[in-house]
Amino acid sequence: MDLGEINPVLLVASLMVAATPLLLAAIGELVVEKAGVLNLGVEGMMIVGAISGFAISVETGSPWLGFIAAAIGGAVLSLLFVLLTQFALANQVASGLALTLFGLGFSALMGQGYVGIKPPSMGDIHIPVISDIPVIGPILFQHDPILYLGIALTALVWAVLKYTRVGLILRAVGENHDAAHALGYKVIKIRILAIMFGGACAGLGGAYISLIRVPQWTEGMTAGVGWIALALVVFASWKPWRVLLGAYLFGGITVLQLNLQAAGVAIPVEYLAMSPYIITILVLVILSADKSSAPASLGRTFHASH
Amino acid sequence: MIVLEKRPQPSKVWSYATPLVAVLATMFFGGVLFAILGKNPVEAIGTIFWEPLFGEFSFYYRPQLLVKGAPLVLIAIGLSLGFRAGIWNIGAEGQYIMGAIFGAGAGLAFYPLEGWYIFPIMVLAGAFGGWLWAMIPAFLKVRFGTNEILVSLMLVYVAEQMLASVSLGLLKNPEGFGFPGSRNLQSYESAHNAELIAGSGMHWGVVAAFIAVIFAYVLLNRHMLGFHIRLTGEAPRAAKFAGVNPARLILFCLGLAGALAGLAGMFEVSGPAGVVSIDFNVGYGFTAIIVAFLGRLHPVGILLAGFLMALTYIGGEIAQSQLGLPAAAIQVFQGMLLFFLLAFDLLTNFRIRAARNEVA
Amino acid sequence: MKFTSLLTSAAMVLGLATAAVAEDKTKVGFVYVGPVGDGGWTYEHDKGRLAVEAEFGDKVETVFVESVPEGPDAERVMTQMALEGADLIFTTSFGYMDPTINVAKKFPNVKFEHATGYKTADNVSVYSARFYEGRAVQGHIAGKMTKSNTIGYIGSYPIPEVIRGINSAYIHAKKVNPDVEFKIVWAYTWFDPAKEADAATVLIEQGADVILQHTDSTAPQAAAQEAGNVITFGQASDMSEYAPMPRVSSIIDNWAPYYIARTQAVMDGSWETVNTWDGIAQGMVEIGEISDAVPADVKEEALAMKAAMAAGDYHPFTGPLKKQDGSDWLAEGEVADDGTLAGMNFYVEGLEGEIPQ
Repeated sequence: MDLGEINPVLLVASLMVAATPLLLAAIGELVVEKAGVLNLGVEGMMIVGAISGFAISVETGSPWLGFIAAAIGGAVLSLLFVLLTQFALANQVASGLALTLFGLGFSALMGQGYVGIKPPSMGDIHIPVISDIPVIGPILFQHDPILYLGIALTALVWAVLKYTRVGLILRAVGENHDAAHALGYKVIKIRILAIMFGGACAGLGGAYISLIRVPQWTEGMTAGVGWIALALVVFASWKPWRVLLGAYLFGGITVLQLNLQAAGVAIPVEYLAMSPYIITILVLVILSADKSSAPASLGRTFHASH
Repeated sequence: MIVLEKRPQPSKVWSYATPLVAVLATMFFGGVLFAILGKNPVEAIGTIFWEPLFGEFSFYYRPQLLVKGAPLVLIAIGLSLGFRAGIWNIGAEGQYIMGAIFGAGAGLAFYPLEGWYIFPIMVLAGAFGGWLWAMIPAFLKVRFGTNEILVSLMLVYVAEQMLASVSLGLLKNPEGFGFPGSRNLQSYESAHNAELIAGSGMHWGVVAAFIAVIFAYVLLNRHMLGFHIRLTGEAPRAAKFAGVNPARLILFCLGLAGALAGLAGMFEVSGPAGVVSIDFNVGYGFTAIIVAFLGRLHPVGILLAGFLMALTYIGGEIAQSQLGLPAAAIQVFQGMLLFFLLAFDLLTNFRIRAARNEVA
Repeated sequence: MKFTSLLTSAAMVLGLATAAVAEDKTKVGFVYVGPVGDGGWTYEHDKGRLAVEAEFGDKVETVFVESVPEGPDAERVMTQMALEGADLIFTTSFGYMDPTINVAKKFPNVKFEHATGYKTADNVSVYSARFYEGRAVQGHIAGKMTKSNTIGYIGSYPIPEVIRGINSAYIHAKKVNPDVEFKIVWAYTWFDPAKEADAATVLIEQGADVILQHTDSTAPQAAAQEAGNVITFGQASDMSEYAPMPRVSSIIDNWAPYYIARTQAVMDGSWETVNTWDGIAQGMVEIGEISDAVPADVKEEALAMKAAMAAGDYHPFTGPLKKQDGSDWLAEGEVADDGTLAGMNFYVEGLEGEIPQ
């Protein structure tokens, strides 16, 4: 065992990469839930985003177009959820699960021609001088653009929710849709936009896995990240910066357990492998004292009856 | 402009008709999908729905519907009680795994002893394992108010690691040449959950599923506790006035769901599966959530939904091998079925009308 | 009631008719544990299936079902194939062992071939590949090329197959580079590209400049490429899209010759139960092209070792070898027997850490 071999700077840098798909998907779902909708289809939207982005960037040679396509792909799939829950007034839990099942199958069909191909690389932003500062440089200034986009989105969502009218309306709809409706807000329209935003973010998160973190296409490659993203939102009690913290925490434990293994720490592997989940549960318990922020209308169906 | 008008009472006719309409719609759009993939749509749909029930080899597939459907029904019944009361246990997969580990572990502890009492002990151990695993989110919710959706889900991943661990260690077959996986319970007579009548597919797990359906039906319709469950889900504030103790209800619903999922795991590992192995769990716990909703959280509905789901699995496999349809196409097909079932449910509770003047 | 029974009998007639047409064709079934698009294990088996079709053309009909979970689902899929007239069924995952034996009992006239297991019967053969021969070549190249003397190894689960590979690679790396050290990370998954990428990154950060993987995705290759001076080896398939760097060579599973031979045997009526464990010599294990990133002399030595194994002159597990605890395993010149290799659950001397149990 030699803990000295774990380089904390590199550890932090790589946990940021591991956390980014989670962050993107979770920040989208946060907006959806703030609008009072629970969409359990994150995994399905992520995987569809992963293949849409992969296919388009392979065909066009541009990872940027790929990410745009991934966002569109995720948003389009979320429209199915919109149809079910906003127009057909179906149960949101069941609709979300159906969306995941459908997305997994659909992405596999779309991806049949893309197995074993290497996508074009996006490359890291390398700003001269500041990215060469020791310690801070590798942690803060040597990443790919999408990682920064994730952080920027977090800031944006936070600012919009807190300081703008749009954020106020969104929260009003999530807290009490009947009252919001009475005040003249178009509840359904606002929710549709929120769900599509969530889909687009999940799509980006999926494409981050297929284009940057792995990068390749294989069926089912999101391997449960969407579910963790859902957990993160509640974990963060619907606060954007806590989502960021949670994503880094989860990514950090995941990377740290591999680091401990490689350094030969004599803890049985299976316990290390389950540690991210157990620690998440512990943190959930600690945070559950804070019950203030669940949107009151979360998961409830809205129908204007007059 | 088309508007929806809420029916004063859910429509009886539509509640029976919508599943049928949904299946027909799925057949149509599924056919379109198969045609795009270059397969004969009529043949493909026929293979999925007809072959397992009435095809040449239906004598084999019909019992298999029981084998595949029973764990789904057993788990979904447990989940549905909680869902009705607004308690969201989505970690049945983990409870299923723990039931299998406890059940198989109890049986293998006696190996090679034979005795009538071994199987009942395994049944109890299996139910206990699932119950124990469900009690973690239940206790945390009652004591600290922790969200049960997330805790139960996280525990699925923990259970999967436990499963890998015991397959490679504690329960590893000592005569297995170092390969992972336990002894095969099918060849340990006292622990084997064999078919009650050979070739019928009826094993104790199927019997348990039917008993669970009857039990849930009686509970919901004839028993005070069932009334409390329904009341809590439909009108939480009224439930409070009626003196429902939410903590007890949470412990009961999660505990029962866990025990039933544990039983399903135990019956599966001691019967059709035979061994505890790394990949023992195949997603029954998650599929059962879908089954619970397809069955509209009603015991009889769940029974039918479980076997419909089993039908698409078995029919889908036949379509794969006979027609070369990719597995992914079958998955999409199942997704469509769910979409349509959920979407057409609208007609049960609402009336669609053309409105002349637009208000909102 | 009458209408249904009429339809049923019509369907039966149709079914029988199609069965009769198919009579003169040999029907071969394949049961896959993953999707054919996994780019690794199942992908290579499916290439074997396509090779059978290409070889025999109209004389053969192949069917497959993908992503079949181990256990009762596998048993049902095999039964279904046998009912529908398959003459030969390949079951391509270790977890299909007991289901294969169960179904084989019910269909004595159908031949079964189970990959990587150890239970045989009158109509059940087993087959597997000696991947550890390929690992020996990798170990040699890795030992020669590492500058940090640290080699990272990503394992899936601690099962004999994987442990054998680690031992073989270590023995041959150590032989050419006494200072070499192995860092082993168990991913505890067969398939999770993101986790494999993380594992590779971690190993590289801790100083490994060679990554060996026993998981099937190309994620570790991409991680190595990003890091720069790290070399890797393709696993299961060639992964040549990452050549010449970081991927300097690969182990390729080539099931095609075996599948063709066994199908031929069923056609001839000469099929017998066999326990096949083939390696480089029979072409079941292939070494992918060694790229120019490897110095010419190292490449030459590697190819010489491959040739010696192909000719049967060299066995990767040749004494003197000790177990990790220092006890003797193989005496000078002694060669490991297949039984010990098949169930290998110990590290050889020099490897650090414990095998998770």
